[in-house]
Amino acid sequence: MAERLRLTGIGKHFGAIRALHAVSLSIEEGQVLGLMGDNGAGKSTLVKIIAGNFRPSEGEIHLDGEMRDFHHPRDAQNAGIEIVYQDLALCDNLTAASNVFLGRELKRRTGPVRIIDYKTMHRRAGELFAQLKSETRPRDIVRKMSGGQRQAVAIARTLLADAKVVLMDEPTAAISVRQVAEVLELIRRLRDRGITVILISHRMPDVFAVSDRIAVLRRGELVADKATIDSSPEEVTGLITGAIESA
Amino acid sequence: MNTTLEQAIGQSQHRSLLSRIMSYQVFWVFLAALIACVTLSLVTDTFATERNLFNVTRNFAFVAIIAIGMTTVIASGGIDLSVGASVVLSAVVVGMVMAAGYPFWLAAAAAIGAVLLVGFVNGILIAYVGMPPFVVTLGMLSFARSIALVLSNNKMIYEFGPDQDLLLWIGGGSTFGIPHPLIVMVILAFVMGFVFKWTAWGQHVFAIGGNENAAILTGIPVPMVKVSVYMFSAFTAGITGILMAGWLGGVTTNLGTAMELTVIAAAVIGGANLAGGEGSAFGAVIGALLIEVIRNSLILLGISTFWQGAFIGSFIVLAVAFDRIQKLRGQE
Repeated sequence: MAERLRLTGIGKHFGAIRALHAVSLSIEEGQVLGLMGDNGAGKSTLVKIIAGNFRPSEGEIHLDGEMRDFHHPRDAQNAGIEIVYQDLALCDNLTAASNVFLGRELKRRTGPVRIIDYKTMHRRAGELFAQLKSETRPRDIVRKMSGGQRQAVAIARTLLADAKVVLMDEPTAAISVRQVAEVLELIRRLRDRGITVILISHRMPDVFAVSDRIAVLRRGELVADKATIDSSPEEVTGLITGAIESA
Repeated sequence: MNTTLEQAIGQSQHRSLLSRIMSYQVFWVFLAALIACVTLSLVTDTFATERNLFNVTRNFAFVAIIAIGMTTVIASGGIDLSVGASVVLSAVVVGMVMAAGYPFWLAAAAAIGAVLLVGFVNGILIAYVGMPPFVVTLGMLSFARSIALVLSNNKMIYEFGPDQDLLLWIGGGSTFGIPHPLIVMVILAFVMGFVFKWTAWGQHVFAIGGNENAAILTGIPVPMVKVSVYMFSAFTAGITGILMAGWLGGVTTNLGTAMELTVIAAAVIGGANLAGGEGSAFGAVIGALLIEVIRNSLILLGISTFWQGAFIGSFIVLAVAFDRIQKLRGQE
């Protein structure tokens, strides 16, 4: 498998506070990385650096072997890095298809005006949901959807953007057990399509169920980066809390 | 289970056309207005006269035009309390420029320019400075009305220079028996009904009202859209100001006083959700129609017009209650 994303010596300082120090990671295409750590360990800082919200104080980001310097989230998006936010960032009052295409609506020309091409949007959204094997209807209003379907809508947005890397921030927090299974299945679909997924989660069982590798951050430093099958929930818990120094 | 995933995705909701229509608040408001009209036609012999219907349709058109603008603002999650003040500002400007001997079109352009500036300032303060719409437009209500007083020196304007007849015809006349304000309203309602559904701008307005944070994250130019929304609502108020000046044949500075409340009532009765994200141009028109029919019927039935507020208030609460019931049902 080809290398998709490489971080070398990433550090981030906010004034005197050192949020991240010398984090180096390499993730292949079609790989799911579980990123774990306690609150304040630097997970969200790292994610924000990859997504272009912050620029690292030091270190480099390579995407598909090419060095990247993101000044703005837009830059990261254009490069193929998409975030699925914890609160999913969906408009409840719009349909699934409208949410998938929000901000990049398809248009067609009729006479002098360019109007939204709902027909094609519904068809395309339907295809994306079919790829995700999610029973989500493009014409339904998001407000009435289950947690799993809402995840499917948010993830379909990343498919539409033809993402290379998808960052998922706590996708399984605050949803029911049945829906968790649905979301984990969605993550596997992304992986099967060769997309690299970085899963940020507190939920140990979910991370072990779906990730190929687990990376653990503690106080801004990477203390572990190993294959999931070589680790155990006990070890990861020890790494997060500091009971185990590194692995 | 014989249905494939593709079939399940391709399905639309299993609901008949009737049950879909019945889930719309606008349908019930329309029904209420219709029942009121039919009852009045049977009970009184004055309602269904050409003269009365002409008055009703013209009166409600003024409120409906602004209610369409207000619905846009409410759909984006905001509110515009300055529309009544924009009405009088527009009327004063058009009156004074015409009284100074300039042609109607120039005066109308000046009036629209003035209210667009009002909307622009509202929008900038709300979208870029981040102030609450309620406070900004409340301040603008006071400011714009004051400017109208200063400009006119609180004198009634009743002479409109060389184009006086044109102004009176545009605001008070009719074509094919249809009053001009009604024609403007119908055109605006159709245009905006189309814009809401079929343009990216319309989608973005409703997206911002639904979840502003999501709209920002998806890259929608939220501040720009918001500014345009307040400019549009000021524009509808400006158009109404010009039409009212022509209809009344004179401009007094109390024009449009408290009109913002009637307009907001019309929008809310017509299905605009003050929390944002919902509303329709058709609903705004129907809401305005219901209010005018209530007003008219009280007069025709010889009931004190003091009751008008009680009826309109009840309908506002009923409309919101209906919305609550719909939401609760949806959660089942």
